[in-house]
Amino acid sequence: MSDEYYLELSENPVQFENASSVNNVFFDEANKQVFAVRSGGATGVVVKGPDDKSSVAFRMDDKGEVKCIKFSLGNKILAVQRTTKSVVLPDKRTLKLLKSQSINVNWYMYCPETAVLLLSTTVQGNVLQPFAFKSATVSKMSKFEIELPAVPKPAKLSLSERDIAVATIYDQLYVMYLKHHSRSTNSPGAEVVLYHLPREGTCRKTHVLKLNTTGKFALNVVDNLVVVHHQSSQTSLIYDIKLRELDGALNVHQPVLPARSINPYKIHLTGPAAAPSQAPVPCELYSSSWSVFQPDIIISASEGYLWYLQVKLQPTLNLLQDKGKLMDFLLRRRDCKMVILSVCSQMLTGGDKGNLSVVATVFDKLNQVYKEYLDAEQAYTAAMESGPSRSSTSYKRPVRTQAVIDQSDMYTHVLSDFTEKKGVKHKFIIAVLMEYIRSLNQFQIPVQHYLYELVIKTLVQHNLFYMLHQFLQYHVLSDSKPLACLLLSLESTYPPAHQLSLDMLKRLSTANDEIVEVLLSKQQVLGALRFIRSVGAHDNVSARKFLDAARQTNDTMLFYTIFRFFEQRNMRLNTLFTLIGHCEEHVAYFKQVFGENALMKQATA
Amino acid sequence: LISPRMASGMQEKQYTPSLLSFFIYNPKFGPREGEEEKKILFYHPIEIEKNEKIRNVGLCEAIVQFTRTFSPTNPAKSLHTQKNRQFFHEAEENYWMVMVVRNPMVEKPNKDGKPPTVEYQEEEIIDSVYGSVLQQCYCMYKLFNGTFSRAFEAGGVELLTQKLEKFFYRYLQTLHLQSCDLLDVFGGISFFPLDKMTYLKIQSFVNRVEESLSLVKYTAFLYNDQLIWSGLEQDDMRILYKYLTTSLFPRHSEPELAGRDSPLRPEVAGNLLHYGRFLTGPANLKDPDAKFRFPRIFVNTEDSYEELHLIVYKAMTAAVCFMVNAAVDLNREFCEQLDSLVGPQLTLLASDICEQFNINRRISGPEKEPQFKFIYFNHMNLAEKSTIHMRKTASVSLTSVHPDLMKILGDINCDFARVNEDEEIIVKAMTDYWVVGKKSDQRELYVILNQKNANLIEVNEEVKRLDMMGMDYFTTLKLSIVQVLLTASV
Repeated sequence: MSDEYYLELSENPVQFENASSVNNVFFDEANKQVFAVRSGGATGVVVKGPDDKSSVAFRMDDKGEVKCIKFSLGNKILAVQRTTKSVVLPDKRTLKLLKSQSINVNWYMYCPETAVLLLSTTVQGNVLQPFAFKSATVSKMSKFEIELPAVPKPAKLSLSERDIAVATIYDQLYVMYLKHHSRSTNSPGAEVVLYHLPREGTCRKTHVLKLNTTGKFALNVVDNLVVVHHQSSQTSLIYDIKLRELDGALNVHQPVLPARSINPYKIHLTGPAAAPSQAPVPCELYSSSWSVFQPDIIISASEGYLWYLQVKLQPTLNLLQDKGKLMDFLLRRRDCKMVILSVCSQMLTGGDKGNLSVVATVFDKLNQVYKEYLDAEQAYTAAMESGPSRSSTSYKRPVRTQAVIDQSDMYTHVLSDFTEKKGVKHKFIIAVLMEYIRSLNQFQIPVQHYLYELVIKTLVQHNLFYMLHQFLQYHVLSDSKPLACLLLSLESTYPPAHQLSLDMLKRLSTANDEIVEVLLSKQQVLGALRFIRSVGAHDNVSARKFLDAARQTNDTMLFYTIFRFFEQRNMRLNTLFTLIGHCEEHVAYFKQVFGENALMKQATA
Repeated sequence: LISPRMASGMQEKQYTPSLLSFFIYNPKFGPREGEEEKKILFYHPIEIEKNEKIRNVGLCEAIVQFTRTFSPTNPAKSLHTQKNRQFFHEAEENYWMVMVVRNPMVEKPNKDGKPPTVEYQEEEIIDSVYGSVLQQCYCMYKLFNGTFSRAFEAGGVELLTQKLEKFFYRYLQTLHLQSCDLLDVFGGISFFPLDKMTYLKIQSFVNRVEESLSLVKYTAFLYNDQLIWSGLEQDDMRILYKYLTTSLFPRHSEPELAGRDSPLRPEVAGNLLHYGRFLTGPANLKDPDAKFRFPRIFVNTEDSYEELHLIVYKAMTAAVCFMVNAAVDLNREFCEQLDSLVGPQLTLLASDICEQFNINRRISGPEKEPQFKFIYFNHMNLAEKSTIHMRKTASVSLTSVHPDLMKILGDINCDFARVNEDEEIIVKAMTDYWVVGKKSDQRELYVILNQKNANLIEVNEEVKRLDMMGMDYFTTLKLSIVQVLLTASV
């Protein structure tokens, strides 16, 4: 069961003094800082940020209840709000009004990541006016209307800021609206409606997330997933807006995975009452004292914890049966590599052996991402080579995300183990390897020779030489010197491998020396000579190699032929045997067998 | 069986080689005198008188026995006489097959009503060609019936003779001895040239079907009567390929060529999603009386000895053989499952292959009539290619060159077989033709050139150039022929 929790709270939370009658706690979303203000600041203000650098402690005079307290970016200026209409900066500073807009506002919401401000306007509050801040300018974006489930009569404020959140998902800004279940519509449960807010252009309703239940909800965005917490059932749901559901123009999404609770979390009791040896106690999840902030922050003020919400990918393996969909899901996650590789291993060797078409689908999905990366890399390299003059700014080196699973990853983590696995039918192993090679070819990715070696090894292990022969015949296993050498080594068990290897070397056209060596080792001296002549390299080869091989055959006529050939060549080139190699013994042997007179005149000179 | 061919002049009559007799015997079955008839397991023609049969068998036995004293492991394979030639083949231990072929002859009429003079052309027949034909007879028998010895073990002489009669009665009628040539010696396989990606798609198709239909043990894939993939071992595929391309496919090609309304055209099922149909087994799945019986074949007879159902399924020009353990009963349900699974995929694949092939052909330029004809064979993968032979039909294989030239090719092949080294032979034929044979490693290439007044040096140059042309001509065909033409000089 424990491996089914796909959401967890971060291991290293930010801890602070829990909220109490003497300690007020504030959270600043922009700096992600928690302020613990004891006795209005008189006995201390402790500021804790996501790292130690942003943590500060100081004191200030108690001038009444603190309503809100924040630092400016970089902890330069502190601002304290004690009344509804004034903000105090403890140091003397002046503020300058840069720009003003006059709008009737019900409430506002500010997204620090994107510097976008949302204002709720009109009586019902459902017309939202966004502003974008960039350096010192404020620009008004086009306003948009949130569709309310029911229009109240008479009109009154109907859209609460609690039901709106702003978040960046897949680099796009969305306004998320938690649309509660309404009896008047026949929708079976609440929904989260996503409005896409582009930098330019109009905001449109683009996605609907079906919650299929009612009650109190809270939203987070983690790793581009929308997480919806449901308090009464103490579970959460996750949605991936890129997972396509074929349902009209508007994307209606169901949860990717079944609802699960956040992974149980234990906290160490602190304070004077707690002994150091005391066992940690379970933390109450989905507590009513939790506050949820965007994108991924959960704060329990009563316990003094700030957590980041995280997605665990490993449990998704068992929760999402459709492997294609699972791959789509995983490929878009940040820390996906090892999980994807384990999905592949599981698919091939696990109990629920996937069928080949699933295997093919998974390979295609992986290789699509792999190919996109290779193309981007290539385009980048090409752009760099063509000089920085052209379009120098637009080219950034492509980032290799974890979703790029290359051949070496597949080989090391999946395929080499799989082919060694006992109890897997060799037919299936070969089918899988061929499927991977097919997929790589389909995406025009050059296949690495170690994959071919794996294929050959598997075929040889099961004596499937004829299959191997056919693969080579259709060039499914591409030519390379290592492959040709591997084939050559198979000759003793499968004689035709010799021909296959030589053909391959010949096609490579960079392996002439190897071909000569192979032929000479097989005592095919004439064949070697014919070959070297056909490639026009006979003027440069060493005569000794050939004469040695010819002597070994004990065929004097062959020796004579070879000797004559080099004799004539050397005459033409005006060199002597002794000058190009140490051939005295062969000259002597020639004289001994055929007589002194058989030697050409120049050669003896 | 005698088919006269009119030669030059009105009077002469030319007779091609023909089958005189064909018999199978085992000397161990009637070792004692007076029991000789028991040795004979099959004898064609059946009408021959008993004593003559015994005499003929005895003669063969004696010749083999006699020649064995000179060469214990390699006794006589053939006996040349003026009128005929006999071929001996010990197919299995002590099981001998003998084929007697009448030599081709010319009949010259005489004046004054005298009987015509007959001239036997005893040198026209090539041992290796007809020796191979005899071996093929055995292989074909074994493919459909298993070995002689297994039949004997299972049901004694009675079962064996029954099987032999049943098979050879029909098979011998399909032997066309007049058109046997070098290709029979090779017994090669023509491979379909294909690009890597399409080939991998076919691999993927075969693997998936074998996974879905777990009964299928082996699969072979052919396109346009040429092999693309064989899950069977080479020797089994070789004979199955021969059966498919010379017997099964030609029998089924006529309906495809027939017009839409022709009665020959098979019933097109209501399902137009695919063009798949069974070439063996049920002709029409919709027929309530359809029979689900498939031919049985025997493979791997040397070791695992497997008996299999042979299912041949075709969509357009793509044909797939699925082989299923014969112990399993194939029923309607299985055939329907196969049809619905394979039919649509194979239809798609067939059009993919066709499209890819046309693209490749376009790249390689328009097909020009080359100035030469050739036969190529690679002993390693049995790849065979011939531009001399026209399309094979059920009845005869037609060649486009004169029989004299075919004879020269056969003779060169015999020379090549004698030594193990690379060789090149150039022959000037009586006509204006030059014939060049090249043997390199395990490959043989035979080229027929028609060049008037060419001399040896020119022909040699031409063949060297021709290798280069060959390369260009076939660049897009990923066939061994390319490699060979590339490496023929090695």
